[in-house]
Amino acid sequence: MKASLSWLNTYVTTTKTAEELAAALTMAGLEVEAVTDRYAYLDTVVVGRIIDINPHPNADKLNCCDVDTGDRTFPVVCGAPNARLNGLYPMALPGTHLPNGMAVRKNKIRGEISEGMLCSEGELSLGPDFSGLLALDSGLTAGTRLNIALDYSDPVFEIGLTPNRPDCLGIIGIAREVAVIEQTGLKQPEIELPESTGDITKLTSVTIESPDHCPRYAARLVKNLRVKPSPFWLQDKLLSVGSRPINNLVDITNFVMLESGQPLHAFDFDQLEERRIVVRTARDGEKFTTLDQKERTLTDETLMICDGVKPVAIGGVMGGLNSEIEDTTTNVLIESAYFSPASVRKTSKKLGLPTDASHRFERGVDPAGTLFALDRAAQLITDLGEGELVGGTIDEKHELPESPDIPLRVSSTNRVLGLDLTAGQMTTHLSGIEFDVRVHDEDTLMVKAPSFRGDVSRPADLMEEIARLSGYDNIPTTFPEIPATAVKSAKILEHRRDICRLMAGFGFTEAINYSFIRADACDHLRLPAADKRRHVVRVLNPLSEDQSVMRTSLVPGLLETVSRNLSHRANTIRMFETGRIFIGKGADQLPTEYEIVAGIWTGRRREDFWQEKNTDCDFFDLKGIVEALITGLNVSGINFTALPEASCSYYQTGHTARISAGDHHIGVIGRILPAVCDHFGIDQPVFIFELDLNTVSPLIPDYNQYVPLPKFPATSRDVTLIVDKSSETDRILNAVVQFDEPLVEDVRLFDVFEGDPIQAGRKSISFRITYRSARETLLDESVNTLHKKISDRLLAQFDADLPA
Amino acid sequence: MNTTIDKIQQSAKSELESASSVDEVKSISIKVLGRKGLITQFLRNISALPESERPTAGKRANQAKKNIEVLVDETIRKLETVSTAPDDLIDVSLPGRPSFAGKLHPITQVTDSICDIFTRMGFEIVEGPEIESDYYNFEALNFPKNHPARDMQDTFFVSDEVVLRTHTSPTQPRVMEKQQPPVRIIAPGKVYRCDSDLTHTPMFHQVEGLLVDDNISFGDLKGTLTAFVHQMFDEETGLRFRPSFFPFTEPSAEVDIRCVICRGKGCRVCSQTGWLEILGAGMVHPAVFENIGYDTDRYSGFAFGMGVERIAMLKYGIDDIRRYYENDLRFLQQF
Repeated sequence: MKASLSWLNTYVTTTKTAEELAAALTMAGLEVEAVTDRYAYLDTVVVGRIIDINPHPNADKLNCCDVDTGDRTFPVVCGAPNARLNGLYPMALPGTHLPNGMAVRKNKIRGEISEGMLCSEGELSLGPDFSGLLALDSGLTAGTRLNIALDYSDPVFEIGLTPNRPDCLGIIGIAREVAVIEQTGLKQPEIELPESTGDITKLTSVTIESPDHCPRYAARLVKNLRVKPSPFWLQDKLLSVGSRPINNLVDITNFVMLESGQPLHAFDFDQLEERRIVVRTARDGEKFTTLDQKERTLTDETLMICDGVKPVAIGGVMGGLNSEIEDTTTNVLIESAYFSPASVRKTSKKLGLPTDASHRFERGVDPAGTLFALDRAAQLITDLGEGELVGGTIDEKHELPESPDIPLRVSSTNRVLGLDLTAGQMTTHLSGIEFDVRVHDEDTLMVKAPSFRGDVSRPADLMEEIARLSGYDNIPTTFPEIPATAVKSAKILEHRRDICRLMAGFGFTEAINYSFIRADACDHLRLPAADKRRHVVRVLNPLSEDQSVMRTSLVPGLLETVSRNLSHRANTIRMFETGRIFIGKGADQLPTEYEIVAGIWTGRRREDFWQEKNTDCDFFDLKGIVEALITGLNVSGINFTALPEASCSYYQTGHTARISAGDHHIGVIGRILPAVCDHFGIDQPVFIFELDLNTVSPLIPDYNQYVPLPKFPATSRDVTLIVDKSSETDRILNAVVQFDEPLVEDVRLFDVFEGDPIQAGRKSISFRITYRSARETLLDESVNTLHKKISDRLLAQFDADLPA
Repeated sequence: MNTTIDKIQQSAKSELESASSVDEVKSISIKVLGRKGLITQFLRNISALPESERPTAGKRANQAKKNIEVLVDETIRKLETVSTAPDDLIDVSLPGRPSFAGKLHPITQVTDSICDIFTRMGFEIVEGPEIESDYYNFEALNFPKNHPARDMQDTFFVSDEVVLRTHTSPTQPRVMEKQQPPVRIIAPGKVYRCDSDLTHTPMFHQVEGLLVDDNISFGDLKGTLTAFVHQMFDEETGLRFRPSFFPFTEPSAEVDIRCVICRGKGCRVCSQTGWLEILGAGMVHPAVFENIGYDTDRYSGFAFGMGVERIAMLKYGIDDIRRYYENDLRFLQQF
């Protein structure tokens, strides 16, 4: 909402500077987002002196002038009859943008160069006269900026209004706040209407068939109107807040809306069939063409203003093309109504048609201000002398919102605000903004808000008014009395933090990707039809197709991140992300949200180092990270088993493992299928792990129990087995642990070998078993016996041989 | 006779000076000072001297022995400190064998600092779903259907009744439903609004706070947030509370801080105002308590919410919010 100081000053006297006033309005809850000067365009209009003037060689009515602007002389082609040698006139320099839309620039007029423009008062929007150049006082100095020379300045406040303050969608409302700030009175316009002839009720009627949508509809009639441009003062007011003048009738309705906040609508009365107004809802699917020449499809919830036969406007939103005011219009019906805020909002949303009127109606106009606005418009029309008012008003009314009596307790107000005000001080604040305050009892005031403050309906609303009028700055800063209790947040939050820190410590950088992914991402990931990650949650109004569904996997985001970084010539990328995935459960149900940790590695094994040759990372590099992560979290019993082909989807079979801890599947690690990488523009091997934090978190112990350090020495024995190539090594090592021999302390793989002399299809695996007793130093013979027993069991269980 | 001991001392000195290794020094030491060394030999031969000269000669020999011992020690120490052979030297200016250095996302770092400040004040961290029902995102927070207040937040819809949460505020009713006051929570998380330009991304992060108890006042809200700002930025940072509107708080306030870039003089970042808006806050609206079933006569409370991206931008001087979600390593590794 814009308000110029000049317009505000018609209702309230100000003493503060524009900056002070802006700051005070902001602190009163009307945030001034910017203060501009409406005459800023005069910064590049200067006083110019014609120092030479000659007839244009190729045009009868034009002159070629040399215009002195102090430091420079410009050639200007000018057609004004009053251009005189040595005369001083406004000179718009090239680059000036005038309020009428004209951009001044250097050009050629009939072959002669013209740099800038000598202007009339009308061209500068400083007055009504377009007939000739604005002759300036001869005492002025050439080159002086015109706004300084003529003292033109009018600060314009751009106010970002919150939706609870529709009363300030009219300049009078803002002036009311200014009056409180300036501690002065508010002068509202006084309306006196001339004697008029005729009786509106004999000429037309208003029938409200949908009082829920339209509780009040008032109308006046004007006859023999002459539609033409408005007088300068009216155009000037509109221009001061950036509103473009159109013609006297439209300008008056706009003026009244900007002044009072009450939108008006004018119908060409002669276009209304049966010359009457019916307010009703539309029929479902009915079509209607609005003033902007667009055909709209209506529903049975759209409120229509109709004549005796057809709709002529969408109530509170926009008029219809069929009853538009034309230059030839002579008889006009002016509407001033109170439409239901919810109804207007629904319609304007549904049609995608926000207008100045709908903006005000949906926030709530003053239900008691209907006639004021109507009469104000009538007064302006008759003042202009361009039409005759028909006597009387139609005012159809149903049930209107009414301000309740609100009991305000002084003690609880002070308690909630942290203030110490008396009932008298509170009364002063509230009365200042036209609230009706009565003393109810010792601690209670009975307050009624004025009709234009529909947002105030309960004590808390009054407390807010008192707080802002006292000034938030004047509320003392205190600290809540908090009992000293230790609070602990959910474990999963701590675990996520631990994971982030561990991963960063391992040299992985954290990514945060959008939770939205492409609708076809599941196809790109080759997810099978039955995969739960196919149950995507779709966004009805996405910003783009790329962001149209909620992610069911972190993988697409991470692959895109890798792709983007590769395009910036990063060769090695090690990143991780923690975040939610969303598995849909049906349109009206909230999806299940799972928290996932995923890490990605592509490129080199190490950072390049001058001393050594680098190699590419592989599956085991990333697996090592997962193992270290799990160890860092103190989760035990983790193992990796080959993921069956049917579950691999975007992973490569044979290079992918399911990660389990005990009986829990906690995640997957593997190489991404080259074809999937290809889809993301990546042509190098990529390894990813995904862990389900919701499953991992409960497995993380709060702490580990201490195991005393050994007192007796350990001894170790190596064993080498020749086994089938497809045997999973991990299962063999685990078997040793599962034999549950109390003296076995540790089993550690140190070599895997395939090829000559091992026969084809077999491999040799070598590992070291460490034996230790907590009670004694072990004797060689007992260790040898135990080691042989273990080796023999392994040979039998895994169809293994000893090396030749 | 004096000349003999002087000679021994001088030649030992010159040999030691030219010695190039510890071993060499040790063999010189043995040759001169050893059991069969030159000094011992000299002392053995002392009886051959006239009786009057013997005490002086003995004294001088012992003095020479001490001198040489000191010299040997010094020489060894000197040689040990420059023991590296020239072809064994390394160029210490060459780069070290690199480790990867991982960084946490700036949003995570700032979220953690915000949460840490409030947990030190006794707030508990909670989280809520990112896809929310219309009820928790709007209705329970006193945003009626078809109310213009809903325009303050451009909503992504999943259905008529399900939305991507537009703020972290739904955690307020979710927590209050499950417990009676005192409530003291902080709720970080992702939120979504359909808006995308230099200062908006469709997904961003907020931290919500809520404190409900007996006798909580607007003054307490000012105190708590002032303490927060002083810890997040510094003690000198000025604050301004100005009236605003949120459906779920009343009175409501926007909280501005003195521009951390220009210190209030006015610059591009603060649009010449000297102030930066970083928080929305207010006293919990009684309608919210009524929806929960809290006793509005007894309890009062305050709530606040802040945008993490905005605070991180101010802290790190980031000028384009979209950088956060491009995940460009050249960006992420700066923090």
